[in-house]
Amino acid sequence: MAKVSFVVNGEARTLDLDTRTTLLDALREHLHLTGTKKGCDHGQCGACTVMVDGRRINSCLTLAVMHEGDDITTIEGLGTPQKLHPMQAAFVKHDGYQCGYCTPGQICSAVAALDEIKAGIPSHVSADLTAPPQLTAIELRERMSGNICRCGAYSNILDAIAEVAGRTS
Amino acid sequence: MKSFTYERAASPAEAAAAAARIAGAKFIAGGTNLLDLMKLEIETPAHLIDVNGLALDKIEATADGGLRIGALVRNTDLAADQRVRRDYGLLARALLAGASGQLRNKATTAGNLLQRTRCPYFYDTNQPCNKRKPGSGCAALGGFSRAHAVVGVSDACIAVYPSDMAVALMALDATVETVCADGTTRRIPIAQLYRLPGETPHVENVLESGELISAVSLPKPVGGAHIYRKVRDRASYAFALVSVGAIVQRDGTGRVALGGVAPKPWRVAAAEAELPRGAKAVTAALLADAKPTRENAFKLPLVERTLGAVLRDARA
Repeated sequence: MAKVSFVVNGEARTLDLDTRTTLLDALREHLHLTGTKKGCDHGQCGACTVMVDGRRINSCLTLAVMHEGDDITTIEGLGTPQKLHPMQAAFVKHDGYQCGYCTPGQICSAVAALDEIKAGIPSHVSADLTAPPQLTAIELRERMSGNICRCGAYSNILDAIAEVAGRTS
Repeated sequence: MKSFTYERAASPAEAAAAAARIAGAKFIAGGTNLLDLMKLEIETPAHLIDVNGLALDKIEATADGGLRIGALVRNTDLAADQRVRRDYGLLARALLAGASGQLRNKATTAGNLLQRTRCPYFYDTNQPCNKRKPGSGCAALGGFSRAHAVVGVSDACIAVYPSDMAVALMALDATVETVCADGTTRRIPIAQLYRLPGETPHVENVLESGELISAVSLPKPVGGAHIYRKVRDRASYAFALVSVGAIVQRDGTGRVALGGVAPKPWRVAAAEAELPRGAKAVTAALLADAKPTRENAFKLPLVERTLGAVLRDARA
């Protein structure tokens, strides 16, 4: 067992955990924040995507005890049913899901991906490495490739993200 | 997952000493590959030494005009660094061709170098695998081997080394800096870091017990066109079937390294001498000793065609 303290959605939390507990299991099983989903549990599907200190990661591939002092944002911290985050509202508007299981990970990933473009981080499809990356559909698709949607709602997901990014695809 | 004890390392030297002293200890940094393998009980460390608190996350200019990349620099940060994008474009391109945004945010420079193969028989604990369980045999030989290595292989193992980043570092003549268990340091040219499988495919590199990678240094920029071309089954987020990393100068000379074809990033000096003669001659020298299976023999012409495309892009 090991003790770890971090901030989740603005609230300080301290947990006494088996060292094997992933951040994903700490969020779901110990803090009962079940918005973050367990898909493959091996970093392949992206359903478990959360933001740690503002950066998106796969919460299934990191141990909770490795996050002492970190600031964690889950889908529950982005918005509420009464006050949706713009990305959540756009997913509703564009029907960016079917079953909804991948959606929290898609939304957390999309919010962080737009921040990465804003921060000037290039991608595999950026034509010019030294220029700021462009907000194009091909950039958004490449940057979202770590989030799988088994229902295949990709075109609507892309429309939702593009609207929040300030452009229509 | 097997249970393990956990500690946060206070310094590189203490981490290295602890790793050599404690039976079954392993370092953990990004953890994206290690935890994946621990969940499947392919890796079963009894003790984890968390090195994330060590101040090894800077990218610094070196006195000889190169760059020193801390072992803990995340793949995203390395690919986004302005100096890397300007002077070592091959490295930025290779990093961005690998994994997903989420994984690159967590994966580290040193961890990327030491990631394990994705051979499906290495991952399936019901199958024999000389890399996972020495002496148990190799299920890939005679199995589904489409993605496996074609050169540098042995009768014990045909697993392919997965990193894109390391292909670029090989072409860039990077040096791996380490801290040993006794507190001394050493510098290993990346060309000497990896071992071919031979009879001992479970021994993948020359690092000794407890030895911790502290940094990767790059010599001063060599200019030229920097191109990384990766061929895979999907347009994004997949391992390479074949990848070519190249630095090509105006006079047609240059450097070439391959990914997806060997148990380590593959570079052959004699092949680079053939560059002015074109892709066919270079490929013949790179893959002179190839021993493909029936299922992965397609990689030989694929290397030639991918390299041909790279050389065409370099001239454009």
